[in-house]
Amino acid sequence: MSNNEKLSANIEEYLEAIYKISQNEKIVKTSRISKDLGITPASVSEMLKKLDKMDYVNYSQYKGVKLTGNGLIVAKKITRKHRLLERFLRDILKLKDHILHDQACEMEHSLSDDAERALCQVLEHPDKCPGDRVIPACDLKFTTCEECMSRKEEEVNEVGKRNENLIPIMELEDKQKGKVSFIRGDYKVIRRLLDMGITIGASISVIKIAPLSGPVEVAIRGSKLAIGRDIACNVFVELIE
Amino acid sequence: MNQTINNKTGKTTEEKSNTENSNGQDVPHKDIVIALAGNANVGKSVVFNELTGSNQIIGNWPGKTVERAEGKLHFEGQDIDVIDLPGIYSFSTYSMEEIVSREYIAFKKPDVVINVVDASVLERNLFFTIQLKEMNVPMVVCVNQIDLAKQKGIIIDTEKLEAALGVPVVATVAIRGEGLHELMEVATQVAYNKKKNRKTTLEYGAEVENRIKTLNNLIESKNLDLGYPSRWVAIKLLENDIEIRKLVESKSRDVVNAAFNLASEIEDIHKEPSFAVIASERYFIANQFAHGAQLQSDIKITFSERLDRLVTHRVLGYFVSALVVGGLLLWTFIVGDFFSNLLTSAFGFFHPVDPKISGSLVTILYNGAFGGIVAGVTLVLPFVIPFYLMLSLIENSGILTRVAFMMDSAMHKIGLHGKALIPMILGYGCNVPAIESTRILETRRERLLAAFAITFAPCAARTIVILGLVAVFVSVWWALALYVIDIAVMFMLGRIALKVVPGETSGLIMEMHTFKVPSLSVAAKQTWSRTKSLIYVVFPIYIIGSALIQGLYAIGLLTPVANFLAPITVVWLGLPVIAGVVLIFGAVRKEFTLLMLVALFGTNLAAILTPIQFIILALVSMLFIPCLATLTILLREFGWKATVSIALANIITALFVGGIAYRIIDLFKLY
Repeated sequence: MSNNEKLSANIEEYLEAIYKISQNEKIVKTSRISKDLGITPASVSEMLKKLDKMDYVNYSQYKGVKLTGNGLIVAKKITRKHRLLERFLRDILKLKDHILHDQACEMEHSLSDDAERALCQVLEHPDKCPGDRVIPACDLKFTTCEECMSRKEEEVNEVGKRNENLIPIMELEDKQKGKVSFIRGDYKVIRRLLDMGITIGASISVIKIAPLSGPVEVAIRGSKLAIGRDIACNVFVELIE
Repeated sequence: MNQTINNKTGKTTEEKSNTENSNGQDVPHKDIVIALAGNANVGKSVVFNELTGSNQIIGNWPGKTVERAEGKLHFEGQDIDVIDLPGIYSFSTYSMEEIVSREYIAFKKPDVVINVVDASVLERNLFFTIQLKEMNVPMVVCVNQIDLAKQKGIIIDTEKLEAALGVPVVATVAIRGEGLHELMEVATQVAYNKKKNRKTTLEYGAEVENRIKTLNNLIESKNLDLGYPSRWVAIKLLENDIEIRKLVESKSRDVVNAAFNLASEIEDIHKEPSFAVIASERYFIANQFAHGAQLQSDIKITFSERLDRLVTHRVLGYFVSALVVGGLLLWTFIVGDFFSNLLTSAFGFFHPVDPKISGSLVTILYNGAFGGIVAGVTLVLPFVIPFYLMLSLIENSGILTRVAFMMDSAMHKIGLHGKALIPMILGYGCNVPAIESTRILETRRERLLAAFAITFAPCAARTIVILGLVAVFVSVWWALALYVIDIAVMFMLGRIALKVVPGETSGLIMEMHTFKVPSLSVAAKQTWSRTKSLIYVVFPIYIIGSALIQGLYAIGLLTPVANFLAPITVVWLGLPVIAGVVLIFGAVRKEFTLLMLVALFGTNLAAILTPIQFIILALVSMLFIPCLATLTILLREFGWKATVSIALANIITALFVGGIAYRIIDLFKLY
């Protein structure tokens, strides 16, 4: 492994950790990262300053750290690879739960994008990792998994990558509006959502989220829908300002 | 409000008799058939109830567990059949409701389809209207609940909508009977071709539209005789509808191949699967029509929205849900118990209802049959009627969807979602209507899982056994313990069933309708028709089963059976031999377990059974087989295989739990 690669793997680890923590906490504290990665707070601060310069995070010494748009893209990509790998190790290689995480951590940095897509297809576009966390959407410009399944490897370059940040609808905050951009899942799920008006390009906002991983209530097409969390984590939107 | 409805119905009857008497006009005397179609919860069943009154038959679609409601109405000298199609959002997915609806419309060809739409969510409703229009049926659009829309600040211009859709549009407030007369006038005119639907087709964007036309021309040139309109078939093929593709494939491979190529062309242009493109464009048309026809003044925060915030509040919401569920349960129990006691003593006054085991065969058979009627009247009806009434009110008001919303995550533990809570609660009153009401769930798997769990729910009759045997002869605490064991068994088996029954849990996608004040008369009519259909199923079984088992016992056929069962009853469960007979009786009606013992040994049961035997007998009889009426309803809803499996699971569980409990109690000298 060259120095450069080592550096980027290190960056990826940091961004991944920050992303994971930020799922539960708005502002990520240095101490939390240091605990997660098992690195001293001083070295973490050092690294965060570097990341801030590279425009991956916004870092202020006392408040904590937040991912920038760029940072989010890298963080989601690596998180996605990590969680897909965990699924692969468990579902296909039948490894025991306690080795999944460390093994996936090792593999994620060298997993190519083509391999990531193949993995996703083999696993039939899974939505959650073994730890029940949502796997982020892929960064290819597909609107549904159906399309991805029907494309050959060489055609994928034509499709291109998306620059926008996609978030599942339940991560929309109060008063935020999103444009439905990607629906994950098989034909049946997509079909049901389309029939209920959740079509690609439709604008959607969250009214409320039931506690205890309950359903999400959204406003779409002048009506209100309750969507179970299992389905909601497969509907991805782009924020509309 | 009731007053208005009565006035309205009164008026219609009056007009009807006038035309009948005069008979002068050239009223064509052919019966017409009207089908009501539309999304769920738009007031379609209110329209249906208002039109047909109590003149309805509720049954099943042939071979399907989809409720079929049919009613008759006499309007201006016409006999009119009204069919209430299930509430659906689209013709595309493969739910039974959607297939039933589209096959009915295509093959039975009703004279006119009344498409009921909710004025306050026009865009979503028009998505379905467009698909109906594509089916090429004579239709009328009924824009319902315009009062609720007005409260939200939405006014619908029906003329504009009419112009856009090319079909007549009538505005109504069905719950108050407003506009229904006009609706029927327009509908009959359409049925008799006096008023025509415009032949215009609703066009998609050019890339899609051209391909629909190409495919349509190809289908027409082939003369395939599919039963469905060719343009509709063309659209469905481009949408990759599996049912339609199979149908067409059996007649012409060329068409299917052409459709496949055209669909990939659409996919190349739009970079989206063609079914998604078509759904998006259809919603686009719906959006255009809706916005063209509706005037949205400032959005008002209505009372209903404030109520909504309370009911789904992250803390208070649970409280409200508990209140609704608990209230429904208490209401059913208290009212049910009151009437049950009242009716039992009324019957007892005229005729003894204890099982008879001696005397001539005729009197025994008669006594058994009579006992069956009494069981139905005193045990099922008193619980079913108040429950259905309250359920109907809660359902129509929109509270039920909120409860389902709040309870969704809890129900996931046994593979069901929020909506399944309702049937499970009902199971505490009586299993029979509980199983029937599992129809509110989407998939057969969910219905089956819920029904299975319900067969363990401690219903009113089981409560009688627990109280009568254990609370009286052992102690109240042991009775309570049995109740707790029952609920634990129900939950555990629910989880096991989840693993055993194949398939995935379908997630929740549910429209959150606006709150509204439910109509008591609609609820009453729904209650009555639901109860009526239940009576037809349950009563004959009760009567025949009850007579048969008493007869069999009287001619001495059950004693050998009891002896045959002795290894299980005596050795494994530690009960006396006669327990076999008692348990068989209990299969007819759970509370027969108790009555039978009393009939055999008198009221001093403590002399016959030890406390442990009371506990074990109550426990086994509680779990061991769904009663005859429950089995009947299971059979009707799920077929032989499922019913037999459920019954076997019940028996095995009962014997397993009973045997283990006997040994534990005996070993640890718990009693």
